[in-house]
Amino acid sequence: METITLEIDGKKVETAKGTTLLQAARKAGIDIPTLCHDDRLAPYGACRLCLVEISRNGRKRLVASCAYQAEEGLVVRTETEKIVRIRRMIVELLLAVSATGPLQALGQKYGLKESRFKGGQPKCLLCGLCVRYCAEVKKNNVTCFVGRGIERDVVFLSDLSHTLCPVCRECLPLCPSGTLYSLYLKGYNGAPEPGSNKGV
Amino acid sequence: MSKLNSAAELKKFRQDILAGRDADKLCVTICLGTGCLACKGDKVHDAFVEEIRRRGLEDRVDIRRTGCHGFCEQGPLVVVFPKEICYLKVTPADVPEIVAETLVGGKVVERLLYAGPDGRKIVHEGDIPFYKHQTRLILGPNRLIDPTRIEDYIALGGYSALAKALFVMTPVEVLDEVKRSGLRGRGGAGFPTGTKWETTRNAPGEPKYVIVNADEGDPGAYMNRSVLEGNPHSVLEGLIIGAYAIGAHEGFIYVRQEYPLAVANLTVALEQARGLGLLGDHILGSEFSFDVTIHRGAGAFVSGESSALMTAIEGRVGEPRLKYIRTAVSGLWEKPTNLNNVETWANVPAIVSKGAAWFNGIGTEGSKGTKIFSLVGKVRNTGLVEVPMGMTLRQVIFDIGGGVSGGKEFKAVQTGGPSGGCLPAGHLDLPVDFEELDKAGSMMGSGGMIVMDEDTCMVDTARYFVRFLSEESCGKCVPCREGLKQMLGLLDNICAGRGRDGDIELLEELGEVMTEASLCALGATAANPLLSTLKYFRGEYEAHIKEKRCPAGVCKDLIRYYIVPDKCQACQICARSCPAGAIAGDKGLVHVIDQAKCTKCGVCLEVCPSRFGAVTKISGRPVPAPVAAGTKVQKRK
Repeated sequence: METITLEIDGKKVETAKGTTLLQAARKAGIDIPTLCHDDRLAPYGACRLCLVEISRNGRKRLVASCAYQAEEGLVVRTETEKIVRIRRMIVELLLAVSATGPLQALGQKYGLKESRFKGGQPKCLLCGLCVRYCAEVKKNNVTCFVGRGIERDVVFLSDLSHTLCPVCRECLPLCPSGTLYSLYLKGYNGAPEPGSNKGV
Repeated sequence: MSKLNSAAELKKFRQDILAGRDADKLCVTICLGTGCLACKGDKVHDAFVEEIRRRGLEDRVDIRRTGCHGFCEQGPLVVVFPKEICYLKVTPADVPEIVAETLVGGKVVERLLYAGPDGRKIVHEGDIPFYKHQTRLILGPNRLIDPTRIEDYIALGGYSALAKALFVMTPVEVLDEVKRSGLRGRGGAGFPTGTKWETTRNAPGEPKYVIVNADEGDPGAYMNRSVLEGNPHSVLEGLIIGAYAIGAHEGFIYVRQEYPLAVANLTVALEQARGLGLLGDHILGSEFSFDVTIHRGAGAFVSGESSALMTAIEGRVGEPRLKYIRTAVSGLWEKPTNLNNVETWANVPAIVSKGAAWFNGIGTEGSKGTKIFSLVGKVRNTGLVEVPMGMTLRQVIFDIGGGVSGGKEFKAVQTGGPSGGCLPAGHLDLPVDFEELDKAGSMMGSGGMIVMDEDTCMVDTARYFVRFLSEESCGKCVPCREGLKQMLGLLDNICAGRGRDGDIELLEELGEVMTEASLCALGATAANPLLSTLKYFRGEYEAHIKEKRCPAGVCKDLIRYYIVPDKCQACQICARSCPAGAIAGDKGLVHVIDQAKCTKCGVCLEVCPSRFGAVTKISGRPVPAPVAAGTKVQKRK
């Protein structure tokens, strides 16, 4: 296996070719926050929390570390002032959607007491973990995105859900907003009790 | 139609077309682009057919249905050749007179001519100021071509650039020519076209694809539509030449479903090109084969983004993906794919025919050639304009556009579509090219240009674009989706008089993060309308927040309509027009608006005779106490 060497936060890091910056950093004990990332799934790059700065030939740019592949000699900084500012704003935006455990922890890390943005009842963070897990790992495609822009949402396709979900339910613990379970129950209006296996 | 098997056969085909034409023969061309069609251009066309038949003139007069001429404000347009007499706003009722006077009598119908601001009539299309200051390389042929007749395009030398590329040049020579020309992408980003082609050509992997991006979605922009509708072969020829240079054998035209005429004309164009052997296997008898599929978009603005567009062609939801490997290397079905905008492709034939040096001679240091703009909004001459890069905004808006309509003051021009920015009067002398617009905080975009007058509220304008983007974003990444949602909420509040101290700073902070952190260009530019209006019109935001005042008198929650007692002449027009029944008053009595009932539709202001000017808008201060009921008007002497 080809090994490449790069520099992350001043540390020389050796990693196999084809690994992402996130994997390389975590292997070297450097923590980069993520929300939509899961090692079992293809990089998605939607939450933007894992943005890091790379420089090459004096040119700097921000990339999603979950998707950008490590390159020989690349210089990576995972927590510049700008990155912290971006992450704080992203967490602040997400806290207005759902101020649940993982988000509160991130809020604390970036010194946020409360979001300046208006929120309400916890809502889906649209990280897509359930959708992608169902599609990529389980190959079931029961959960999916609907709508566009600020109307984007996640739904369970009820026909499939009634037969496939009761025996799986592996997506439920993945949800960082804690809203998936109630969404899942919503698909069972008048249908067999979830988890009872009666629907199978 | 039999297939043409060589460059010589194409040449002969063209000569035969020209030989069958009489340059002195009368020809009535009627603009039937979507704009003129909406003004009943087809009825005008039918009236000409009928009148010419009735008078038995069929042999003496040709009729040609063309695409958009660009001067949409004055449509339907009719141009009578060979003298190029240009008639504006023609109705079916005008047709018998045009036939009798011009076609039979050889005279000009004065009343249908263009009249300049000084009242002077102009006969020829090319002499009208709107056209005189333009350089119409792409749009020019529209008026000479019936888009459903490939012969019209070939008569103008169409497909000779393709023949030259195929038989005189190697693919690399074509590529180098385009590189040297300095042509840059017309879809918005301005990436050097030749370099993009080269990346796809050199990328490993077969097959390679070429795509025309015709997912034009900017509000008010229709330049791509007009090129596709009016001259589809120019785009097709460019595409085939590009495919040859890149080494692609399959292409796609991604066109909006909402452009039915463009789809129809393109479909005909592809059929006719195939019929003549200009598309398909062994083009013009050469070794090169290439064909094209039309893909109709399902109405998503974000699908204009290259990776989202390719995802959509693959049959999935059009969402941008991470592009750390460029689509030029890994695009459609993960194969090297070159995507260019309609206008970019349409520039290619002329570059191959006339050479890079010719093209290079037009424009500025960094931006070569011409650019088509969709000049709309509060401007006298609404329409499509094509100008050399580097012309100033002032020349475009005032010399060509005729200035602001309705005698109002110019306030701002929005360039670059929803992702662009608003520039104030101080920037009117800015030369229009990729760099200059970027530097000023706006962008070229695909060529939208919306003129705004003094009655435009810049906060409301920013809100309009933010709302548009919040609905059109795919919603995948957090900064764009959640950022737009919060940005819209804050702007709604400010426009409704609920703005708070700190909102401006929060908006700026948010806008910066959206710009820096979003996944694709839609999100990265989504804050431009907000940031540019904050930069140039900050005072308006402050007035909304601190004084609860809308300086332009647009934001409904911040304005009140008020009848000035001294000026009211009790004509009762406003009271009769008010749909809310909010105006009290009687003969001889001062009229009063009941603020509780008023819905702020503004009808009273519109109908109040200008010689009275009694109805006014008030913002940022309380409405004066109403006069006592029964107060008599002060009749003017």
